[in-house]
Amino acid sequence: MDDATINQLLIIVGVLAGLLIVAPGLIWLERRLLALWQDRYGPNRAGPFGLLIVLADTLKLFFKEDWTPPFSDRFVFTLAPGIVVVTVLMSFIVVPFAPGVIVADLNIGILFFMANSSLGAYSIILGGWASNNKYSLLGSMRGAAQMISYEVFMGLSMMGVVLLSGSFSMHTIVEAQKGMWFVIPQFLGFVTFFIAGIAETHRLPFDIPEAESELIAGFHSEYSGMKFGIFFVGEYLGIILISTVTVALYFGGWLGPSFLPPLVWFILKTFGFICFFILLRASLPRPRYDQLMEYGWKILLPLTLLNLVVTAGVVLLNRGI
Amino acid sequence: MLIIFYIASFVAVIATILVITQHNLVHALLYLVVSFLAVAMVFYVLGAPFIAALEVIIYAGAIIVLLIFVIMMLNLRQESVAQEKQWLNLQIIVGPVVLAIILGAELLYMLSFEPTSGLEGNVIGAKAVGLSLYGPYVIGVELSGILLMAGIVGAYHLGRQKKKVTHRFLETQEE
Amino acid sequence: MFSILQSLWLVFLHMFHKRETVQYPEQKNKLPTRWRGRIVLTRDPDMGERCVGCYLCAAACPVDCISLQATEDENGRRYPEFFRINFSRCIFCGYCEEACPTYAIQLIPDFEMGEYNRQNLVYEKSELLIDGPGKYPGYNYYKVAGLAIGGKGKGEAENEAPPIDVKSLIP
Repeated sequence: MDDATINQLLIIVGVLAGLLIVAPGLIWLERRLLALWQDRYGPNRAGPFGLLIVLADTLKLFFKEDWTPPFSDRFVFTLAPGIVVVTVLMSFIVVPFAPGVIVADLNIGILFFMANSSLGAYSIILGGWASNNKYSLLGSMRGAAQMISYEVFMGLSMMGVVLLSGSFSMHTIVEAQKGMWFVIPQFLGFVTFFIAGIAETHRLPFDIPEAESELIAGFHSEYSGMKFGIFFVGEYLGIILISTVTVALYFGGWLGPSFLPPLVWFILKTFGFICFFILLRASLPRPRYDQLMEYGWKILLPLTLLNLVVTAGVVLLNRGI
Repeated sequence: MLIIFYIASFVAVIATILVITQHNLVHALLYLVVSFLAVAMVFYVLGAPFIAALEVIIYAGAIIVLLIFVIMMLNLRQESVAQEKQWLNLQIIVGPVVLAIILGAELLYMLSFEPTSGLEGNVIGAKAVGLSLYGPYVIGVELSGILLMAGIVGAYHLGRQKKKVTHRFLETQEE
Repeated sequence: MFSILQSLWLVFLHMFHKRETVQYPEQKNKLPTRWRGRIVLTRDPDMGERCVGCYLCAAACPVDCISLQATEDENGRRYPEFFRINFSRCIFCGYCEEACPTYAIQLIPDFEMGEYNRQNLVYEKSELLIDGPGKYPGYNYYKVAGLAIGGKGKGEAENEAPPIDVKSLIP
């Protein structure tokens, strides 16, 4: 093996290991931060600052009974949790962590991310359908409708960035932000993308497919043990993914003052967005289902289209001059 | 590259056959998704990464989701599976998982170690697709746009709710 | 839209507020004196058992967790031979305390009674009986009751006139 191959392998293993370590760590982070914003302490008993809660939680999930309901469609039931993790992990292929630290700098990077996130909808649909349970089915139908409709303007909102940088490749997009981060000219695009991202990861306040207070646990009502754990990890990986993509597309990726290495800048920005995800969960109530769809199609979609048209016009004018 | 192309095509063919032979409708649709993924892979190998991505986003990601949606609403029970079995008696031996794993491994290998290049060496990027769509084929784009507009208007018409007068005095007057 | 941002900001500010949590095992809440916790049997000021074995507490108990057997000592004073409370059934409603005519059974502000073994939650009289009068210091049932009992005749109780000899004609 030559040096390039070894380097490539190192990047792949590093990204995978980093993600799989950070994702369960978010259990701790989320619970501590939620507690912080609700005037509580959160888990602080096991280990320093309660960090060992991660280990305890994981062990608990491992030793719980991994039950497949007899009325379920066994094959699809087992398949569904895998899909979410696989698709999200695949999306990380195109995320540029630092110059050169990217698994594959595809020239269709953003489209690849979109493709994987649209495939991620299957885990919810199939999981809910295979459970053969009314609440799960309701949850999965809501999830499917939500994810499909929010995907539409998730893609459209990213097109503004593509127009400005002239490329689908994430690496080129980050490079194009040397002068100014895209969050300034594309503020509307950033807001819509982030809202769509929350809906895409079905986090609160858009956790309509799970909606504990209405649907027990929605599409994963019937899941227990490690299968549930995989859904859980998938959700956290989704948060990390949306945060990293937002940073790469709108907040200049690894760019920043040079007293810190680029990777550290990227991680810091991503961490900020993860915290913002948790702040959203701590403060906002869940909208009703029809409100969510109405908001998506009647407000956000026209906004993104407007943003796209205006951006295209400005780019065209600049070219003409 | 050639071997990857053949593996992907093989997976596509097998998955499509399995779509037809499956008893359970949702399982059949799953194989259809795998088939679409395989076709996307073929596109990628042939040097059209843009079309490959669109294939996954639109066909596998959106259209099949809607199909599954409809089938979930149909509330199919064990009887329908049994009926299908009567029609066609074949054991499920290879799951779509195996096929998807083959595809995934290929994709990972290609993404990680091979530069993006077509079988014949000419890659058609997103820019080329856009240029040809808005250059020689602009009439086709406009026509499909009009068609979609008609669809949107029709959907709006079907989905529109008549405004109901809810006031109890006015309601009696209406009748 | 503005209200959403405002609520985000307000929740964010909660970071700097005082924590509401009581770190329980290290830091304890002060319980009110009327807190209904562990059940105890109390004694007279002169260290006699207050319980007279009347079974009213067992009858009042809605979950039937009290069992006792009354007996008498050589002076004719009643006391429970055994007194058993099953705390795995007890719901700490305090009805036994209300029913008790002699203030013997009382609920005190102590709730830390966790056990690993369920059988250990069955408290016998030796565990229930405390060496003090509990909430009613100075109250001595036999000193105010009209009953003749070892060492105390009729009419010798507090606030009690000596019995009237109904057969005598002298006023």
